[in-house]
Amino acid sequence: MLGKLSLAAIPLDQPIPLFAGAFVGLVLLGVVAWIVLAGHLPYLWREWITSVDHKRIGVMYVIFALVMLLRGFTDAMMMRSQQALAFDAPGYLPPEHYNQIFSAHGTIMIFFVAMPFMIGLMNFVLPLQLGVRDVAFPTLNSVSFWLTCTGALLVNLSLVVGEFQRTGWLPYPPLSEITYSPGVGVDYWLWALSIAGIGTLMTGINFVTTILKMRAPGMSYLRMPMFCWTALATNLLIVAAFPILTAVSAMLILDRYLGFHFFTDTAGGNSMLFMSLIWAWGHPEVYILILPAFGIFSEVVSTFSGKPLFGYRSMVLATMAICMLAFMVWLHHFFTMGAGADVNGVFGIMSMIIAVPTGVKVFNWLFTMYGGRVRISAAMLWSIGFMLTFVVGGMTGVMLAIPPVDFVLHNSTFLIAHFHNVIIGGVLFGAFAGYTYWFPKAFGFRLHEGWGKAAFWCWQIGFWLAFGPLYVTGLDGMTRRLQHYDVPEWRPWLLVALLGAVTILAGIACQIVQLVVSIRRRETLRDATGDPWDGRSLEWSTASPPPAFNFAVLPDVHGEEPYWTVKERARAQHALPDRPRYEAIAVPRNSPTGFVCAFFATLIGFSMIWHIWWLAIAGALGAYATFVVFAWRDRTEEEIPADEVARIDALNRRARSQALDAMEMVR
Amino acid sequence: MSDTGRRLARMGAAITLGCGLSGCTLRVLDPTGPVGMQERTILLNATIVMLVIIVPTMLATLAVAWWYRPGNPRAVRRPHWSFSGRIEIVTWSIPLLAILFLGGIAWIGSHDLDPGKPLPSKEKPLEVEVVSLDWKWLFLYPEARVASLNRLVIPVGRPVQLRLTSASVWNGFFVPGLGSMIYTMSGMATRLNLEADREGTFRGLSTHLSGDGFSDMTFETRAVPGNAFAAWLGGAQGSTDTLDDDAYRALSRQSSNDPPKTYRLADDRLFDRIVAQALPPGPGPVAGRPDPSVSPRQGH
Repeated sequence: MLGKLSLAAIPLDQPIPLFAGAFVGLVLLGVVAWIVLAGHLPYLWREWITSVDHKRIGVMYVIFALVMLLRGFTDAMMMRSQQALAFDAPGYLPPEHYNQIFSAHGTIMIFFVAMPFMIGLMNFVLPLQLGVRDVAFPTLNSVSFWLTCTGALLVNLSLVVGEFQRTGWLPYPPLSEITYSPGVGVDYWLWALSIAGIGTLMTGINFVTTILKMRAPGMSYLRMPMFCWTALATNLLIVAAFPILTAVSAMLILDRYLGFHFFTDTAGGNSMLFMSLIWAWGHPEVYILILPAFGIFSEVVSTFSGKPLFGYRSMVLATMAICMLAFMVWLHHFFTMGAGADVNGVFGIMSMIIAVPTGVKVFNWLFTMYGGRVRISAAMLWSIGFMLTFVVGGMTGVMLAIPPVDFVLHNSTFLIAHFHNVIIGGVLFGAFAGYTYWFPKAFGFRLHEGWGKAAFWCWQIGFWLAFGPLYVTGLDGMTRRLQHYDVPEWRPWLLVALLGAVTILAGIACQIVQLVVSIRRRETLRDATGDPWDGRSLEWSTASPPPAFNFAVLPDVHGEEPYWTVKERARAQHALPDRPRYEAIAVPRNSPTGFVCAFFATLIGFSMIWHIWWLAIAGALGAYATFVVFAWRDRTEEEIPADEVARIDALNRRARSQALDAMEMVR
Repeated sequence: MSDTGRRLARMGAAITLGCGLSGCTLRVLDPTGPVGMQERTILLNATIVMLVIIVPTMLATLAVAWWYRPGNPRAVRRPHWSFSGRIEIVTWSIPLLAILFLGGIAWIGSHDLDPGKPLPSKEKPLEVEVVSLDWKWLFLYPEARVASLNRLVIPVGRPVQLRLTSASVWNGFFVPGLGSMIYTMSGMATRLNLEADREGTFRGLSTHLSGDGFSDMTFETRAVPGNAFAAWLGGAQGSTDTLDDDAYRALSRQSSNDPPKTYRLADDRLFDRIVAQALPPGPGPVAGRPDPSVSPRQGH
């Protein structure tokens, strides 16, 4: 009846996951109880859970990523403390538990922190920057989000029901095959990531369509803000790469469930095929994460330097070059497989070539600041911190791209330091810069600057304390994923690394305090104008938070920086543009399709992991029924009458004209 | 002084000295043998070339951000300046030239240091076959018909030609003090050539996660003079233990922390039969909680 599932699947012998699970369970229960008892449930259901508004979905993605960051960081603290203790000693985490922790850390940080953070920011910003009212497929967008949640739910469920995978963040066969990993851990990964991966693929399709087909009148490709270009490149990569992840997961599922031999290394299977396929997805994935961050830095550096982005066309070219090259370098993840000198040489050089457009970007940000008025706000601090940190990560990346150097540093802690250098110093700093930059657009008030700057310094210093030592131990021959070790020279470095992790913890604490303080002091931090940073692109031309329809009248674009031009004209003429003629606007109707779909997807995933076949079939039928109900719906849109549009826009215009007057008073 | 006291003192000393590149040596940067030395040279050269570019870039970033602060009356503002063809050419050329140079290093280096390429030497290389098992290393010396568990002994100054495979999951064979690593994979044989120039004991380890016993997959590599090596082989040939098929099957079951041990090798084609999977791959975990199909565990 329940397949492999029984009460004995709960790891009662391991107090750490049990207590963690109980704690999280209690917190969740408390939040749900509060929502229900305080009567917030109808509001939450109507305005958020069933919302198909890209801004709401974007906000939910970012909240989701921040919560998952706490989970992933807890794993990081456990790894650092284990390695600090486990010199000539077993430490406090036995291998079967420690291996789950680093596997979960990588999986969560990449799939449920970095990706949703970037997708959330793209969701929120992209239609606003393009000057349109929504993404191409609003309900699909909601489905994508909730399927991502399903993936994260399954991964977190493995904490208390069964186990998570113990093979590293990617399930490399033959270790992940049924012979060497007979447990449910690998199945948790496979089903969680298959489901979340489909969500991501649909996001990619949605955003590519939005960018290609739905720009404001006059916004030609070469008038799109840089963030839109990087988003286009990222989503093209998602569309091309994620099917590979789905296919390779499906093949491993067939191996494990039906005795196939794709990757078994016996009966004709070959594990090298998995290595090749997973990195044919995995390397583009790296650029899926970093490209939007490059876009964010472009926006932030330009805005806070009070100048247009330097070398815009060059930046577009560099972005698209990275997009293409991202698919031609995957073999550098396994130089040590013995592929031969020509193959290694070609892929080494291809990998280095990516450093050229990336280097161009760094120089162009530098020249964007040159001749500007550089305001060091928290968002700008993250950006400058990024430029200083990321170049070092780029350098160590090029080092690892040289095959003979990789032969001595592959899989070492030097590699760990390198990719944290680019993912923390690049992706995460970018996400935090974007979070700080667009927060007032989403909520109508700014984040507290002081706490934001404190968070930056803790992260920046903590990063170097945590990963600088790992560069050193890597050069001393320390490999990754060690549960214990007997080399005394590594110990002091690993203690410093723990200190770094604690410093980063302080940074996270600052960010939590920042959010609380900002919400409590929201009236003093209020931004009435919708343009708190003196921005240049279209998202700053609408109110904060933007109305459901984004723009009362779709903007008419005449140049690379449409809003900046309008603003300069208004300043010169001491008047806002004329009041437009308002028309009724149709907005998509909210739908519970995404939430219901994800509910059934969770049933499917969980029952497949535990071999509860009848429940999997029931889940599939439920998901199909949901699709049928959605496909045969009668009403797809709601109409907002012209009067209502006029009333909402009048508020925005009044705030802006007051701001214009205030500026003239200063002059 | 107590043991912990000494340890703490040593740790403190290491930290205060900054360890860095002066206080203590780093295995990868202080190798012995031609492979490790060439790799070190490439690593250092590439790093210096790139530092020449990135250090000025970092300083310029800080300088520009500081100079153009809002409160600096001497800064010349150019709020509309956003393009310069000359600067664009320079920004594309600098990384391009650096990568042209480093790409050359990568191409030549990956040919010179291809792990499968024999090392130049007048002497005939010593053939050693390496099998990674769950979770130990087995070294076979087919010519001398000797096998060694968890200890690799090689003669100083003579190239060693390694053929490597795995009896179960992937591992990475790596002796940081000698140079290149390479994967071991079941059903396949990889090749690696190494040489030790001086006597010494080097730490070897696995660099590819292979399961619960991964952290203990370390082995000792001893580089000894030729006559000592011959003596060691002779001693191993006189060993009372024989590595035959049954002994190998027993060895392929999961275990960790097996002490080093030598055997007489019954079949000098054992390695090829492991690669051909004529001897079946290791069985994987057999115990678990509540059973291996939910969560495999050691020692239950």
